[in-house]
Amino acid sequence: MKLEFKIIADLLEENTRILDVGCDDGTLMEFLKKNKNVDIRGIEISKKKVQVCISKGLTVLEGNAEFDLKQFPENSFDYVVLGQTLQAFVNPEIVIKELLRVGKKAIVTIPNFGHWRVRLNLLTKGTMPVTKTLPNDWYNTPNIHMCTIKDFVKFSKTINFKIYKSLALMNKNVSNINNSNLFFKNLFAELGIFLIEK
Amino acid sequence: MNVKENIKTLIVNKPLKLDCGQTINEFPLAYETYGSLNKDKNNAILVFHALTGDQFVTGKNPITNKDGWWSYAVGPNKSIDTNKYFVICANVIGGCMGSFGPSHKNPKTNKSYGTDFPVITINDIVNAQINLLDNFGIRKLFSVVGGSMGGMQVLQFVSNFPDKTKTAVPIACTASHSAQNIAFNELGRQAITADHNWSKGEYSSNNTIPNKGLAVARMAAHITYLSKKGLQEKFGRKLQERDDLKFGFDADFQIESYLRYQGSVFVDRFDANSYLYITRAMDYFDLAKQFKGNLSNAFIKTNAKFFVISFTSDWLYPTQENKDIVIALNAIGANVGFVEIESDKGHDSFLLDVPDFLSALKNFLDQSYKE
Repeated sequence: MKLEFKIIADLLEENTRILDVGCDDGTLMEFLKKNKNVDIRGIEISKKKVQVCISKGLTVLEGNAEFDLKQFPENSFDYVVLGQTLQAFVNPEIVIKELLRVGKKAIVTIPNFGHWRVRLNLLTKGTMPVTKTLPNDWYNTPNIHMCTIKDFVKFSKTINFKIYKSLALMNKNVSNINNSNLFFKNLFAELGIFLIEK
Repeated sequence: MNVKENIKTLIVNKPLKLDCGQTINEFPLAYETYGSLNKDKNNAILVFHALTGDQFVTGKNPITNKDGWWSYAVGPNKSIDTNKYFVICANVIGGCMGSFGPSHKNPKTNKSYGTDFPVITINDIVNAQINLLDNFGIRKLFSVVGGSMGGMQVLQFVSNFPDKTKTAVPIACTASHSAQNIAFNELGRQAITADHNWSKGEYSSNNTIPNKGLAVARMAAHITYLSKKGLQEKFGRKLQERDDLKFGFDADFQIESYLRYQGSVFVDRFDANSYLYITRAMDYFDLAKQFKGNLSNAFIKTNAKFFVISFTSDWLYPTQENKDIVIALNAIGANVGFVEIESDKGHDSFLLDVPDFLSALKNFLDQSYKE
């Protein structure tokens, strides 16, 4: 999903220190390294993917964000990026708090469980939704804490962090999310992209 | 061991003040090199050997006629590619492959130093080796790489000479020798000194060697280099050239025979006093203590790019101890990558054919060299 990376890149300022949490095979890191003058590190749980990152010349730590972010002092990074992985953590609340401790700002993207296709899937089939962005069955999905764009906005109020910017990605179009259009964005966006602060 | 003709030696003319307070002068540092130094002199890698290693990293060791200790990792097109890099490795001081050590003759007594040799530390070892850079006219190394005690030297080197290397790869090591590490080393030393032939370290005057004690030391240490699973898979309860137990104390089991063999070949190539001195250097190693308990401060002056590697089945220098190095580096925003390699081969994994390890090391070096 190149467009997601482009949106993330646009949200980042030049000459900043960035941590990509759950950096996967380093595609985003590579993209940012090429297109943006930033100092970027990654943390990734899969040994295989860490190996891929090393072969690309990326600085990556093998580790679990739920435990291993602890080692970074406060404000170690200007931005911490968490791309489509919040839903995979046992405790998303701790992870968000850690992101905002380690980073001055964080960019969090979430696959939107409120999308109409997901809702329709559940409504008509009566089984847990399986879609293009959520291809796993309920029993083998890594996504144990799915949420909607609306849930995330609510979450920000509950655990008290600021959403600085919120963007919706739908049909390759990017648009702003605000209070008045939240209902529609939550129904039609495939992905929510949030720039957040403490 | 009369091996001089195959050994390259640098006589270090600069006095070296040791941690124990003594100063050594005009001492020999034996080394070997592989590959060639480029015109810009920016392709040199200083490899540090482990406890019982030597300067003969790869190819045939001219003294033992066996493969160099890191033949899997170092050579043409290998992880440390000698077509590309100029590899230097020195025998540690205190060692027995040509560098200044306890088997050298003490000019005052005309006998081997034995236990009159000063106790040396990892810091001393590294400070002796920095002289190699001047010798080759190298301003800055491309990398310093080493496993186990070699990894400790990597950490000490970067701490002592923060601007002398572009990258640093400590492998399967620790920043501070644990009680368990010290305990195993003490076991080895006790085995050596309990051997009657040791004679307070003066065995060379008697033309004997404490071979039994040294063999036991090696056997005990060898167990710590392997993993339980690896041992079980390789040996299990298999019997040694017999159909049944013999109800005696010969080597009934293959593992017994294997360890005895490892012990016996070791005494032919290693000096017992060197074993005492080098294990002591490892035990004294505590890099955090050198910086008032804050390991991060050891690295605060360096811009080197680190890559820390550990192995899942290494219980001698377990992943957590390697991770502690990573944590100390991250605490000061240093450039550090880390990977734990899956392997059943225990601490020895870094010396063996472990493809994930070899490719990670190669990729890190080759990618960093491009930068």
